Amino acid sequence: METISSYMSGDHHRCDELFAQAEAAASGQDWAAIATDLHAFLDSMHHHFKMEEEVLFPAFEQRTGMTMGPTQVMRMEHVQMRELFDAMADAVKQQDRDEFLGQAETLLVMMQQHNMKEEQMLYHMADQALAGETAETLQKMRAVGA
Amino acid sequence: MSLPPGLSFAQAPPIMVPFRFFLSAPLFALLVALLALWFGPSLLESRWQPSVLALTHLMTLGFLSMVMVGAMLQMLPVIAGSPVAHPVGVARAVHLLLVSGVLFLAAGFLLASPWLMLLAMVLLGGGLLVFVIAVGFSLARAASGNPTVVGMRFALVSLTVTAILGLVLASNFGWKWWLISWIQVTNLHLTWGLLGWVGLLVISVSYQVVPMFQLTPAYPKLLMRWLPRALFVLLLLGSIPWLLADSGMQEQVAIVVALITVAVLALFALATLRLQSQRRRKQSDVTLLFWRFGMVCLLLALALSIVGQAMKISDNAHGENFMPIFLFVAGFAVSVVNGMLYKIVPFLIWFHLQSLLMGVAKVPNMRQIMPEAGMRRQMWLHFLAVPLLGLSALWPLLIYPAAVLFGVSMVLLEFNLLSAFRVYRKHAKLAPKNDLQTI
Repeated sequence: METISSYMSGDHHRCDELFAQAEAAASGQDWAAIATDLHAFLDSMHHHFKMEEEVLFPAFEQRTGMTMGPTQVMRMEHVQMRELFDAMADAVKQQDRDEFLGQAETLLVMMQQHNMKEEQMLYHMADQALAGETAETLQKMRAVGA
Repeated sequence: MSLPPGLSFAQAPPIMVPFRFFLSAPLFALLVALLALWFGPSLLESRWQPSVLALTHLMTLGFLSMVMVGAMLQMLPVIAGSPVAHPVGVARAVHLLLVSGVLFLAAGFLLASPWLMLLAMVLLGGGLLVFVIAVGFSLARAASGNPTVVGMRFALVSLTVTAILGLVLASNFGWKWWLISWIQVTNLHLTWGLLGWVGLLVISVSYQVVPMFQLTPAYPKLLMRWLPRALFVLLLLGSIPWLLADSGMQEQVAIVVALITVAVLALFALATLRLQSQRRRKQSDVTLLFWRFGMVCLLLALALSIVGQAMKISDNAHGENFMPIFLFVAGFAVSVVNGMLYKIVPFLIWFHLQSLLMGVAKVPNMRQIMPEAGMRRQMWLHFLAVPLLGLSALWPLLIYPAAVLFGVSMVLLEFNLLSAFRVYRKHAKLAPKNDLQTI
């Protein structure tokens, strides 16, 4: 049966894949292609954050009463990552490869340590806290627009 | 529902918690290089010389354990969701005790001074005790389902065993009391230290960082679950034949256990190389190259230790077999640790700066904090130093070029780390004043 853990971890992997593509594109000269790949990646990230911030985190907070706990730290890290998204998009606009790759590398580590905390702790806690409403929560998350 | 006890999402501890360890470590490795130049080829005559013992401990405690301790204090909140309590105080105490303890230990060996030895035992024993208790509590609270946590627990137990055996040996070295099996105790001490503390920690950290930095598939679940357990049980089994002295079975049991241990470690190295070859990230980087080099050295060290044992049995020779140990320590452990530093250090600097400067000033990215060219230069020096060091086991004169290259590589490593840290200091000044306590 699909759980919040398996669904959201799967989505992380989908985002990782798009990250790898955008980073690989940046070794070429085709800035239009780099921009396309970057935006595919950023769209997937924004969508993932939206699922968490609009559905998963509020449901978790409501169920557990923990509003200043793990979800708060995760929201803070989303803010930090959004800054890196903007920096990457700027680098592509200015066609600055070193800046792009440096920001991408930084984002990769930031994103991976963030995902690790979610996959190993938060999602499991969410699976437990939302045990009675898994299907409903998943459905709401799937319905979140890009 | 409340958070399980001890589970916390608190972020990184203050930057100086890991950095005081990271910035000290290369200086010990540099000291090793300088002493190697001083003693020269005589080092390769016997492993029991005080000079060899001093150098070994400067390397394993002063460099390897120094970084490993700092990295564990840093990583536990992220990897295990279980930060170490009072990280600042623990880090200061452990660092001070470790640094002074290693220096006194080396001096105690070189000057054959019981009093320096005693001082070293108190300092190192105390430092490791504080570390083991602080990290032990944190690991005990962490979720047990996580193979990294399980592996780290075994690594910590191994460190404790290593330290206790080390204290026994140091007291014997200082006061020459009657320790009949000191050769066996020494072998146990170094097996628990290298395969247990270093090996198990590298394995458990790899489970997280290999997939994370290069976007490789995860290690197979069965391997993650059983490999650290198997290695730990093998270390225990390997310690028993020594207890069963003169039972006649001793030799055979020891050989079988050693062969399985070699197979387990080889499996880890091969699995890691395979995962790295399947990475989704196309961008190659210094950390990846350091790890690949490290895994190849581990495989070579394992193969050579089997060959060495076989030759020893057939010839009944008593020559020293330095090559596997050089490849394990300098080729495998130092490379992996060095590669990790090049990810952790720029990332942590970025991370702390970004928390300080969000909305105030632009934060440099990881590559601006730690430029690729400087890392690569140091990496190539290291890649040249290791084979020369390995070959010095056959041609002792090669110890000179090996030590020079290794020393220069460590100077460059320290320079790279300090340059990155200067970027941190420069930018942290821009932070609003009330945030400065995190520096």
